[in-house]
Amino acid sequence: MYQWNFSWLWDNYDFLFSGLMVTILLSAAVVVAGLILGTVNALGTISKHKFFRIISISMIEVSRCTPVLVALIWIYYALPILIGVEISALTASFIALTLYGASFYAEIIRGGIQGVDPGQYEAGEAIGLMHGDILRRIILPQAIRKMLPSLVNQSVINLKNTSLVSVLAIPDLLYQGKLIALETFRPLEVYTVVALFYFALLFPLTMLVRHLESRNSVKH
Amino acid sequence: MIRIDAIQKQFGDLVVLRDVNLKIEKGEVVALIGPSGSGKSTLLRCLNVLVPPDAGRIEIGNTRMVFGESRLQLKPKELAEFRRHTGMVFQHFNLFPHMTVLQNVMEGPVTAKKMNKQQAQELAMEQLEKVGMSIKANDYPSSLSGGQKQRIAIARALAMEPQVILFDEATSALDPELVGEVLSVMKELAAEGMTMIVVTHEMSFAREVANRVVFMRDGVVVEDGPAKQVIDHPKDERTKAFLSHFHANEH
Repeated sequence: MYQWNFSWLWDNYDFLFSGLMVTILLSAAVVVAGLILGTVNALGTISKHKFFRIISISMIEVSRCTPVLVALIWIYYALPILIGVEISALTASFIALTLYGASFYAEIIRGGIQGVDPGQYEAGEAIGLMHGDILRRIILPQAIRKMLPSLVNQSVINLKNTSLVSVLAIPDLLYQGKLIALETFRPLEVYTVVALFYFALLFPLTMLVRHLESRNSVKH
Repeated sequence: MIRIDAIQKQFGDLVVLRDVNLKIEKGEVVALIGPSGSGKSTLLRCLNVLVPPDAGRIEIGNTRMVFGESRLQLKPKELAEFRRHTGMVFQHFNLFPHMTVLQNVMEGPVTAKKMNKQQAQELAMEQLEKVGMSIKANDYPSSLSGGQKQRIAIARALAMEPQVILFDEATSALDPELVGEVLSVMKELAAEGMTMIVVTHEMSFAREVANRVVFMRDGVVVEDGPAKQVIDHPKDERTKAFLSHFHANEH
């Protein structure tokens, strides 16, 4: 029988917490930037102008069809050579995760917008509103309600994806865990604790998704 | 007051409006009737440019829109401006479900016409009063019946203080027992002198309330005359054939 030993935790929990903070901050940045870029791209895909459609769809498909780990490594190692500007590991991670997250957000948002009854748009037109006002005041408020569960769900995935940045030696939760494990020779305990940290972070979010979904099903 | 000149509309290969010409005076109530696919709904939607015609001219009051190749792109701002002169009531109400009844009615005046909120609220309450829905001002549309929703949709159209209101089969989606309350609101508006163009299957309403009935088929106006005359003594064979379905149902 394996003897669990968590005594290392008392000497290292600062270290682990700093990793947790990196994970949370990076996730938050990726979610916010991803939502902004995702909204822009969603509007791009349904734009009347072909130019915007092509740009948005290309951006979405390129990021969606590349494994995020490959994108991470490519942006860190290959992109600087191509553009001649050095990119820090953190910047590279932020760009890769944001592009990846944004592509899925964009598809969720596009679906949400197109899921609103076209009669709503017409009703807005009929009272003399401009396109932008119709989107902002009529379509988006209804679409957001419908897409909120999927957006939170995608944010859960985005948060988990941040664990990949440890390959670029960014001191996130997983990376710090790896260092502690190497130092203490207690990988089993350390990785268990790391997993529990992730779980504690994400479980409330998935509960939120369930709540939002049940609220929507009652309303409609 | 309203002039429709040589309006044409085609969806792909399907010609929906061939060459429609109509003149409607202020205060007239015109019922547009005809079999489905005759182009009557499309004509109504052309009037506020929800569907832009391929060619022709529409004049409402002092504003005029010219369609056709000489004007490749309609300017969004002009379009929105033009639409503020017409009110539209849809078959499926199309109320905004995330807004209260009052907010629904205020939306046009506040956002499109930039009226101040206080003034818009007074105006909206007046219109709700008129359709008998002011007690529901703070409710959400989801809690209301179809008839109530349609009356609010009428108030929403009225709040734009339009020169004409277009009704696109406004009672077709309603349960039979709710049709009456909507028709009676429409009757009151007609009595007040509101100019109205009504696409309808309610022949008794057309006969009683409309001054004029326009029968359309295959994208053209076939017969146009005083309501009672067109409905009771149609001249054209196609009008007779269409109306015979309704007369048969009445007995």
